[in-house]
Amino acid sequence: MKEISHLLDRLLEFGMPHLVAVPILVPMLTAALMLMLGERRRRTKSALSVVSGLVGLLAALALLRWVNAADTGGGPGSIGVYLPGNWRAPFGIVLVADRLSTMMVTLTGVIAFAASIYSTSRWDRAGVHFHPLLQLQLMGLNGAFLTGDLFNLFVFFEVMLAASYGLLLHGSGRLRVQAGLHYVAINLAASSLFLIGAAILYGVTGTLNMADLGVRIAELAPGDRGLVHAAAAILATAFFAKAGAWPLNFWLVPAYSAAVSPVGAVFALLTKLGIYTILRLWTVLFAPDTGDSAAFGQAALVGTGLATLFVGALGIVGTQRLSNLAGFSVLVSAGTLLAALGLGRPAVWAGALYYLLSSTLAVSAFFLLTDMIERWRNAGMSVAPHEAAGNAPFLAEDLRALDNVNLDDEAQALYGRAIPAGVAFLGLSFVGCTLLLAGLPPLSGFIGKFAMLSGLLGAKALGTASWIFLALLIVSGFLSLIALSRTGIRHFWTQLHPTMPSLPALEVLPVAGLLAACVALTVWAEPVMQHARATAEGLKTPTAYRNAVLGARQIPNPVKKKEGTAP
Amino acid sequence: MEIVLALAIGVLTGSGVYMLLRPRTFQVIMGLTLISYAVNLFIFSMGRLKVDSEPVLVKGFTATLANTADPMPQALVLTAIVIGFAMTALFLVVMLASRGLTGTDHVDGEERQEAE
Repeated sequence: MKEISHLLDRLLEFGMPHLVAVPILVPMLTAALMLMLGERRRRTKSALSVVSGLVGLLAALALLRWVNAADTGGGPGSIGVYLPGNWRAPFGIVLVADRLSTMMVTLTGVIAFAASIYSTSRWDRAGVHFHPLLQLQLMGLNGAFLTGDLFNLFVFFEVMLAASYGLLLHGSGRLRVQAGLHYVAINLAASSLFLIGAAILYGVTGTLNMADLGVRIAELAPGDRGLVHAAAAILATAFFAKAGAWPLNFWLVPAYSAAVSPVGAVFALLTKLGIYTILRLWTVLFAPDTGDSAAFGQAALVGTGLATLFVGALGIVGTQRLSNLAGFSVLVSAGTLLAALGLGRPAVWAGALYYLLSSTLAVSAFFLLTDMIERWRNAGMSVAPHEAAGNAPFLAEDLRALDNVNLDDEAQALYGRAIPAGVAFLGLSFVGCTLLLAGLPPLSGFIGKFAMLSGLLGAKALGTASWIFLALLIVSGFLSLIALSRTGIRHFWTQLHPTMPSLPALEVLPVAGLLAACVALTVWAEPVMQHARATAEGLKTPTAYRNAVLGARQIPNPVKKKEGTAP
Repeated sequence: MEIVLALAIGVLTGSGVYMLLRPRTFQVIMGLTLISYAVNLFIFSMGRLKVDSEPVLVKGFTATLANTADPMPQALVLTAIVIGFAMTALFLVVMLASRGLTGTDHVDGEERQEAE
């Protein structure tokens, strides 16, 4: 532990402020290098992918340490601003590493690292260019989290989406191409909305820098406010589509469950990017000091979140297939976050940010686990024949239970048998995911939900929306528990498996690592919550963000030495 | 001029949305293309419409937006065109793959059963 923090300190000494650009540059360069290597050298590529993941993760951890350190930069809550073109803020683009974006970059690093290790076991051979696409996806995600410029955000969104189209189609097959077609179409439409919104904002305010936009909106003439609100609503529609908010989320579950499992694990992050963007733009553009525009669209945010949570919870009870369960868990998590963020109290935000970390890690682990369980159940195949035809997993075409499901006491005695280690691992991991997704103690899912609820109940008066949120949060947890337990019982207790699961270490380690990260979140809940609280406070009053971005100074040109004096 | 441009953008968007909601993949791709044309024109118009002004800074004119065209939306449009073009090409590939795998050009991969 001490060695790691020492290493991070050395990294910071050496790398700041350029370290802010590292999470974008490293994946980009790795992807470029991999493209030159060609398809045959898979081992080199896998190794490169792991190295890049490690470097990115180290950089993210160092940044996390930097923004939380009391004595660096501008004191507590310091914000790292990097000017890539060495032009000052409203004119050039900026990269901003504050608490929120650093947290998201670290989360991305952890999940992408786990997914890339998992994929080396078998999935990266299902098609071409898996690792370069994953790296580009990582670059797009990190860029979108770190950028402080609206149009730059669009570009990084497109980088991330272009890579995700490739990743979704990885492995090919009818289901994936079908889901991919819908996914590409809806994202192209959403990108058009993004462009329209950004263009109106530029047309009205004359700037695309987020911090500057906030300042300009505060000074806006009343007649122009309507246009800005329209632009924000159009932008929000685009982000709602990416975040998986109802009613723009019908593409999500088919697409996520059709993707190969390491891709599904990374895709759990894409919805969080939508949520991050909404939170970032909402708090910076419509800060409390922006007069009539303050907290514009709050009701819509809460309403959409609640509807998403409701639909996700219904969906999770309505499905039996594991990968669909994971997809609906993504929706539940997105709905919870949108509603909690929309309620607009820093105490609730802090809980929501903690919940974001926990639920994203859990859903990613669940996607990976799904693949292992399915392969075990179908004796080596990823998709059973009857499932490829679109039928329910435990029912034959005429809706009778399949022969190998042991629902009858007399069929065969299941008790008194030793449980092999592989099955025990799968079962325990499944239980862990269930606890995390349903929000039961003792794991971090419970702490996140508890923090949100206690933040909510700390208010003097609870509105109707708060009560509905409170009820839905508890009910959705209960429904998740029912659905996951039912599926778990059917997979682990009632079914006769002809074979033992074959679990390569490369697949076990990432899942165990992600779950261990959740356990670590539980054990070190207090420092993480402190970070989340500080983040929420920073979001509530974005003055520090604005000052940091607009006050960042160029680095002067190196003074030219006279000829002859150079060594 | 404002009315002509506004009408053009409106017609392009309207036809684009209509095509986007049609059931054939080719219609969808045409719809997306039309929408992206409309969006590009729209971004361009956000730099304010002007006739006969200099595209870049020239000597003798004060360097303000009153004398020159706003270069920012032009740069944005260029980026948007490139990205939109690449994405449309990619969509075309997915569309062809879907046609090959399912044997139909319906967006759902299967023809809807007509009611008897």
